[in-house]
Amino acid sequence: MTAPRLLQLLALLLGLLLAAPAQAQTPDLPTLVNALSQGSFADKGDAVAALAATGDEHVATILGALGEGNLYARKSDGRVLLKSGDTYLDPLTNEPVEVTDTEKVRVNNSLRGKIRTAIGQLTLLSADRATRLSAAQSVLKNGDPETLELLTAALEKENDPQIKATMEAARAVITLKSDASLEDKQAAVATIAARNDRDAQAMLQAALGSAPDELKPVIESGIDTISRNLAVWDVAQNVWYGVSLSSVLLLAAIGLAITFGVMGVINMAHGEMVMLGAYTTFVVQEVIRQNFPGLFDYSLGIALPLAFLVTALVGIAIERGIIRWLYGRPLETLLATWGVSLILQQAVRTIFGPTNRQVGNPSWMQGAFDLGGLSITWNRFWIVIFAIAVFFALLAILNHTALGLQMRAVTQNRRMASAMGIRTPFVDAMTFGLGSGIAGMAGVALSQIDNVSPNLGQGYIIDSFMVVVFGGVGNLWGTLVGALTLGIANKFLEPYAGAVLAKILILVFIILFIQRRPRGLFALKGRAVEA
Amino acid sequence: MTEVNRVLAALGVGAAITVGSLAATPAWAADDTIKIGVLHSLSGTMAISETTLKDTVLFLVDEQNKKGGLLGKKLEAVVVDPASDWPLFAEKARELISVDKVAAVFGCWTSVSRKSVLPVFKELNSILFYPVQYEGEESERNVFYTGAAPNQQAIPAVDYLMSEEGGSVKRWVLEGTDYVYPRTTNKILEQYLLDKGVAKEDIMINYTPFGFSDWQTEVAAIKAFGSAGKKTAVVSTVNGDANVPFYKELANQGISAEDIPVVAFSVGEEELAGLDTKPLVGHLAAWNYFQSIDTPENEEFVKAWKAYTGNEKRTTNDPMEATVIGFNLWVKAVEAAGTTDTDAVLKAIIGLETPNLTGGTAKMLPNHHITKPVFVGEIQDDGQLDVVWQSDAEVPGDAWSDYLPEDKGIEADWTDPINCGHYDTATKTCGGAPATSG
Repeated sequence: MTAPRLLQLLALLLGLLLAAPAQAQTPDLPTLVNALSQGSFADKGDAVAALAATGDEHVATILGALGEGNLYARKSDGRVLLKSGDTYLDPLTNEPVEVTDTEKVRVNNSLRGKIRTAIGQLTLLSADRATRLSAAQSVLKNGDPETLELLTAALEKENDPQIKATMEAARAVITLKSDASLEDKQAAVATIAARNDRDAQAMLQAALGSAPDELKPVIESGIDTISRNLAVWDVAQNVWYGVSLSSVLLLAAIGLAITFGVMGVINMAHGEMVMLGAYTTFVVQEVIRQNFPGLFDYSLGIALPLAFLVTALVGIAIERGIIRWLYGRPLETLLATWGVSLILQQAVRTIFGPTNRQVGNPSWMQGAFDLGGLSITWNRFWIVIFAIAVFFALLAILNHTALGLQMRAVTQNRRMASAMGIRTPFVDAMTFGLGSGIAGMAGVALSQIDNVSPNLGQGYIIDSFMVVVFGGVGNLWGTLVGALTLGIANKFLEPYAGAVLAKILILVFIILFIQRRPRGLFALKGRAVEA
Repeated sequence: MTEVNRVLAALGVGAAITVGSLAATPAWAADDTIKIGVLHSLSGTMAISETTLKDTVLFLVDEQNKKGGLLGKKLEAVVVDPASDWPLFAEKARELISVDKVAAVFGCWTSVSRKSVLPVFKELNSILFYPVQYEGEESERNVFYTGAAPNQQAIPAVDYLMSEEGGSVKRWVLEGTDYVYPRTTNKILEQYLLDKGVAKEDIMINYTPFGFSDWQTEVAAIKAFGSAGKKTAVVSTVNGDANVPFYKELANQGISAEDIPVVAFSVGEEELAGLDTKPLVGHLAAWNYFQSIDTPENEEFVKAWKAYTGNEKRTTNDPMEATVIGFNLWVKAVEAAGTTDTDAVLKAIIGLETPNLTGGTAKMLPNHHITKPVFVGEIQDDGQLDVVWQSDAEVPGDAWSDYLPEDKGIEADWTDPINCGHYDTATKTCGGAPATSG
């Protein structure tokens, strides 16, 4: 063999080596990618499957972008591009492409499911723990028998206990669908039943329909065990929902416990103070969004003192401007504050518009965490904590500060307090300001779970009065116990009676209760009350 | 000028004089404006939805006047504020018709406000254009329903979810606010699902009060109902403000659209504006119009609307399109009748057609409903809805549901010789429904 021939052969070999991978991807990969933008959702689903089958390293990224709506197609020729920021990239080479006319590649729910399954299969062996976990979860959800081999391979390499458990459950689900032996299937049922949660129950329910007769009793007993376990957790879950509703009631009512409970002013504009607090949060978030996007997670912390200040000032203005002329005339106060509430609502509607304003949840207020069989959402959790904090702070102010002492003195005997040198008008204004300010802080919390619209306050005013009257006018502990009782009772009734009837039952209960104890749960005692 | 031309010119002048004198003879003789009433709440709970429709009518009047008005006269909108107070709707309607002498009224949102003004329009014989999707079971001589009836929104949406493309849903949660529209719609839907072979235990119906904000129990119940091993979907007739906390709770409890999709009949672009829509991507809404629909008519409308309001962020929505269609049909009817007289317009409008904003045609039917295309859209992360399904052709609005046993054989037809809103085709008699009379 001569040297040139040897070289020729080498070149040929080299060419083959280069061509081999090229043949596996270049001829059809771009076509497959471009197929994503063509045809019906079913066609797109086929394209996703075909693309996933190539196993190319770019596929997971491309499918991820498709699922999140970052994939665009050029209108002229349907070429698929990846949008990153304001630029479009070629999805395979990551090189920027200059285009002007693009439209988003549309996906629907069933396609999103297919995409997630495909990504799950592609990333089951990923090095990143979170990616692997979500991959295992999507394989578990889908239970596609074709993933069995891949799953077994992944299981062997897996060390993380949580991912391993998920993968084993996934394998069990697939086993139930396959024609494995009865023993294998029984073991699979046991594996799923051991998860002991609602998802496991759903998986067993789904398997029950197609299971052979010998297997049915095993599955049924598995479902029974899980349901019994869930029933216990359901009670706990209801208690939690009740506590969470109570915290909202408490927050809404606690400011009123001061203005109505301590001062005896029927303040119909109380709900609007809550609303103003929520709008303060909106304004703070808008400023942050435009100027300091990095501070967004702290927006609520910044909004709290501001909301307190704004609403306290509005409250003081209302007290000085209107209410102080009407002390001792409850009907006129009621009408005047009702008028104030309408004015405030319409003012906000004129300034901010009648539509809802978007108040975002900081990242630490999103999602949920599991505590045993309980699923607790973060926003509700923090609101419960916040309500408790506000309650004790207020208690401390009333019992351990000079202002608190003066407030209590004025409440118990206005003329005597005045004779002792307390400036009662000043104390009145401060008390009203404090009550309003606390309502404003409640508004910051409620903006996280409710609409921020001019009507926000109206939804809370009746509940607030209910809590304060039920708990006993003039007693903070009464407000706490009242909120807890009503919240938990409501949430226990709701699953059985429905939300509408539950509310009616609660109202009937309060009416009957007030008949028996007109002063509420914790009545103030003493001569001042009789006067 | 030839002889023929001179004759033609004379004829033309003559015709112009005749037309002019005809147009000038009715009640507007002393005046050269035609007034129309706008009866939408600008304050109170419904202001959130209705204010936009008031702006829409003003926008349409403005556009019409730029085109030279109507019958050679200037159009003028009289705006009143019924303040989300149902009895006040009736008072304000009376004021518009008898004091301001308006030729037609565009207004109302909730069914209860519509019911409250019905007697006024009947008594004073005026015309109301009602632009919102509603529960059906009504057809009045003086009202035109340009929003969707249940068969133009709810039924197609359920069909979509039942199809393979929509996820082959087998279990259904019907979640609604507790008032007439959700209750009637759910009654129709339940019967429809039972007819389709869905088992009774696979349907869960639940109602919550207006403005409900603590959805924890309800969402947990949906989650539990959805874990029976069958594909589950929620059909939501939850109205107004309660939607925001509902969707927030769904997102927080980790219910994604792939697991349990929610299809809503009252959530549009406007409602989504108050929400962070990222966790909601994939949930559905069924309407007859979406802002995102890609037709030249719609593009032009959205552009003109943004220019008119001077706000780039203003969205358009389905009831707005219904208002546009109602307005255009009325204009055509007045032009055809040559007068704004109620009886003449009522007669002229039936069978008239006008292009809608989605590339089709809206036709006024004898039952006072119109033909509409149906779209199912998925919520996108930018708060817009992208169409994932649409009906093959326009669906004619059906006043009386085909799926309720008590409505069997009932038709509405306001043309001669029937002229009745509740006509029993079996006994060939009119009446039966308390709210209806010929």
